[in-house]
Amino acid sequence: MKFQKILRIAWEGLMLNKVRSFLTTLGVIIGVASVIVMMSISAGAEAAIAEQINSLGANLLIVSPMRGVPGAARTLLYEDALAIPEQVIGISGVSAEQAPAPQTVKASGITLESIAIVGTTADFPAVRDYPVAEGVYFTEQENDRKLKVAVLGAGLAKDLFGEESPLGQTITVGSTKLTVIGVMQTKGVVADIDYDGRVYLPISVVFQKYMTTNSVMRADVVRTIYVKVESQEKIDSVTTQITSLLATRHDVDPAKPDFTIQTQQDIIATQEATTAAFRDLLAWVAGVSLLVGGIGIMNIMLVSVTERTREIGLRMALGARPNDVQTQFLLEAVILSLVGGLAGVLLGVGGSLLFGAFGEMRTAIVPLSVPLAFGAAAAIGIFFGYYPATQAAKLDPIVALRHE
Amino acid sequence: MNPLIELQRLTKVYGDDPEAQVFALNDLSAAIQRGEFAAIMGPSGSGKSTLMNIIGCLDRPTSGSYLLDGRDVSGLDKNELADVRNQKIGFVFQSFNLLPRLSALDNVLLPMLYDINVDLSAEEQRTRAAEALTSVGLENRMHHHPNQLSGGQQQRVAIARALINRPPLILADEPTGNLDSKSSVEIIDLLHTLHESGVTIVMVTHEPGIAQHAGRIICVRDGQTVDDGHCAEKTL
Ligand SMILES: Nc1ncnc2c1ncn2[C@@H]1O[C@H](COP(=O)(O)OP(=O)(O)OP(=O)(O)O)[C@@H](O)[C@H]1O
Ligand SMILES: [Mg+2]
Repeated sequence: MKFQKILRIAWEGLMLNKVRSFLTTLGVIIGVASVIVMMSISAGAEAAIAEQINSLGANLLIVSPMRGVPGAARTLLYEDALAIPEQVIGISGVSAEQAPAPQTVKASGITLESIAIVGTTADFPAVRDYPVAEGVYFTEQENDRKLKVAVLGAGLAKDLFGEESPLGQTITVGSTKLTVIGVMQTKGVVADIDYDGRVYLPISVVFQKYMTTNSVMRADVVRTIYVKVESQEKIDSVTTQITSLLATRHDVDPAKPDFTIQTQQDIIATQEATTAAFRDLLAWVAGVSLLVGGIGIMNIMLVSVTERTREIGLRMALGARPNDVQTQFLLEAVILSLVGGLAGVLLGVGGSLLFGAFGEMRTAIVPLSVPLAFGAAAAIGIFFGYYPATQAAKLDPIVALRHE
Repeated sequence: MNPLIELQRLTKVYGDDPEAQVFALNDLSAAIQRGEFAAIMGPSGSGKSTLMNIIGCLDRPTSGSYLLDGRDVSGLDKNELADVRNQKIGFVFQSFNLLPRLSALDNVLLPMLYDINVDLSAEEQRTRAAEALTSVGLENRMHHHPNQLSGGQQQRVAIARALINRPPLILADEPTGNLDSKSSVEIIDLLHTLHESGVTIVMVTHEPGIAQHAGRIICVRDGQTVDDGHCAEKTL
C-alpha cells in the first residue's frame, strides 16, 4: 500500500478533531519554541563574550589586588608594573591603570561634571587593542616626565569640541591644565564601561595630581596591570613568572598571593555563568514540555484508537494489513508533533527576536536549531506514537467490528 | 472445476480451560460452488457467525482446512489474510459499517486504498466507485453522507463497497437484520442481480422468507451442518 494513501488517511483522522489535535500539540509547540529561544540566547551570550574579548584585547592577563585580603588593595604598585617587562619573558606589552575619582572637565567654555579619568602607560593602546584615531598617544618618556597631556575618548572629544579638532587644545581636568594630543577610536559601552566618555592621562600625572596621599595610602598604587602575552601558548608560562616575581616583590607565599592573575578564560567563565542559569531554566522548560507534549500525544492517540476501534476493524476487514493500521496511527502522531514543531519554530524565532529587541539578553538565532527542533519533534511523535499505533495494529478485526 | 469454498472438518474452539471449552464449530464440512447463492440458517448460537468469520478470512479455524478458490487459507498469517479479504471477499454487515465522516463515494473507495495489485489513478478509482454506486441505484446519492441516507440506501452503499474490488465472493451476515421489509426486499433483489452476474453469495439469515430467495439453504446446528431440508421448518 502506498505511503501517501496512508498519509491521507492519517490526515483525515486528525481533521476529525481539529481543536483536540491543536491542544495536543501545545506541549510540543512550547518545547520546540523553548529549544530555539534557548539556543539563540546562548549564541547571543557567546557573541557578547566574543565582543568582550575584543574590547579587552587578545591574549591578555589581568593582574589585580586580591579582593577580601586586608591591605591588599594597596600592595600592587607602579614599580611592580615596571618590573614585569624587565624580568618576564614572553610578553609584548604592559599597561598599568589607575582610576581616581571622577573630575570636572572644562574646555572652551564647556563644563562637564564627573567625567571618568584613567591613568595609563604608553602601551595602553597596543595592550588593550584600542588604537588612537587622531593625533598620538603619549610615550614612555612623556609619562616619566609627567607631561601634562591628555587623550580623549571619541564621545567626550565631540562633547567638548564638537566638529572642531581637539588636538593642541587645552582642557582643565580638576584643577590641572592639560594639552590634548590625541583622540581614541570609537569603542562604545562594553561591560558597563563607556570607553568613549573617558579621559586618558599618563599614570604619573594621575599619581601626582589626582590621588590623595596619606600615611597608609601610597600615591603610586595601581588598580590593574594588563599584560599582553606574545601568544596563546605562553600564557601559562607568563602567569607563573609574574606570580613568582610579584610574590617575591611583595614578600608573600606564591601559593597565597595578595594579587590575582585572571586570564580571559576566567572572565568568560564568569560571563557564561550569568547566562547559563537562564539557559538551564529554558532547557528544563523545553525538556519538560517536550516530555509532557509527547505523553499528551500518546494519550490522545490511545483515546483515538479506542474511539475508532470499529473503524479499525472495518478497515482490516476490507483488507488493511496490521502494518497499514500501525503506519496510519504512527503518522497521525508524527503529523501532530511536526505541526507542533513548525508552530514551535515560528514561536521560537519570533520569541527570540522579541527577547533580543526588548529583553535584557542578547539573542542570535542559530540556523541549526530549526532542523534540530524539528528532528526532536519528529522523534517524539515516533517514540510516543509507537505504542498506541501498535495497540491499533494488534486489534482483532472481529472483536473490533463488534466494538460499540 | 473445484468449488469456490471447500471446508473440511473445521473446528473452532473457544476458551483454553478444557472444562469450559465451547465448540463453536464441531467437525464441520461443506462446499459451495462458484455461482451459488447460499443461505446459512440455524438457531442462535449454532455457529453461523463463527463460520462466516472463517469463510471471510477474519478468523482461523482451530483445526481443519479451508480451501478458497483452490488455495488453502487456513494457515495464512495476518498480512496474507488481509490481502485475501481485499481481493477475494466483499463483506456486507448487518449494521452497514459505513464511516460516517466519508461520503458514499469515499466509503465505496475504501477497499481500493488497500488494494495491493490494482494501481489505478485516483480518477480511475473514482470512476469505478461511481459505477459501483450506479449499479446499486445510488447515482444520485454519491456525495451524501451515511446520516443523510436511509437504512436501505446505506446497505446499498455497503454492497457497492463490497463489489468495488470485483471479488468472486460476497459474504452477508444478516444483511436485512436492521431493515424494514420493503428495504429488505430491495436488498435481496440487488443480491439476486449480483448472483445472476456470476458472483457467489453466502448469506446468513434468520428469516425463512429471505432465505427462500437463495438457491440453497445450509443449516447449521451445534457447530455442524445438518440435512438441508428440515432447517427452515425448525427455525420457523
Ligand atoms: N469470542 C468468543 N468467545 C467465546 N465463545 C464464543 C465467541 N464467539 C462465539 N462464541 C460462542 O460460539 C458459539 C457460536 O456463536 P456464533 O456467534 O457463531 O453463533 P450464531 O449462530 O452466529 O448466533 P446468532 O444467530 O445469535 O448470531 C456460541 O455458543 C457463542 O457463545
Ligand atoms: Mg451471528
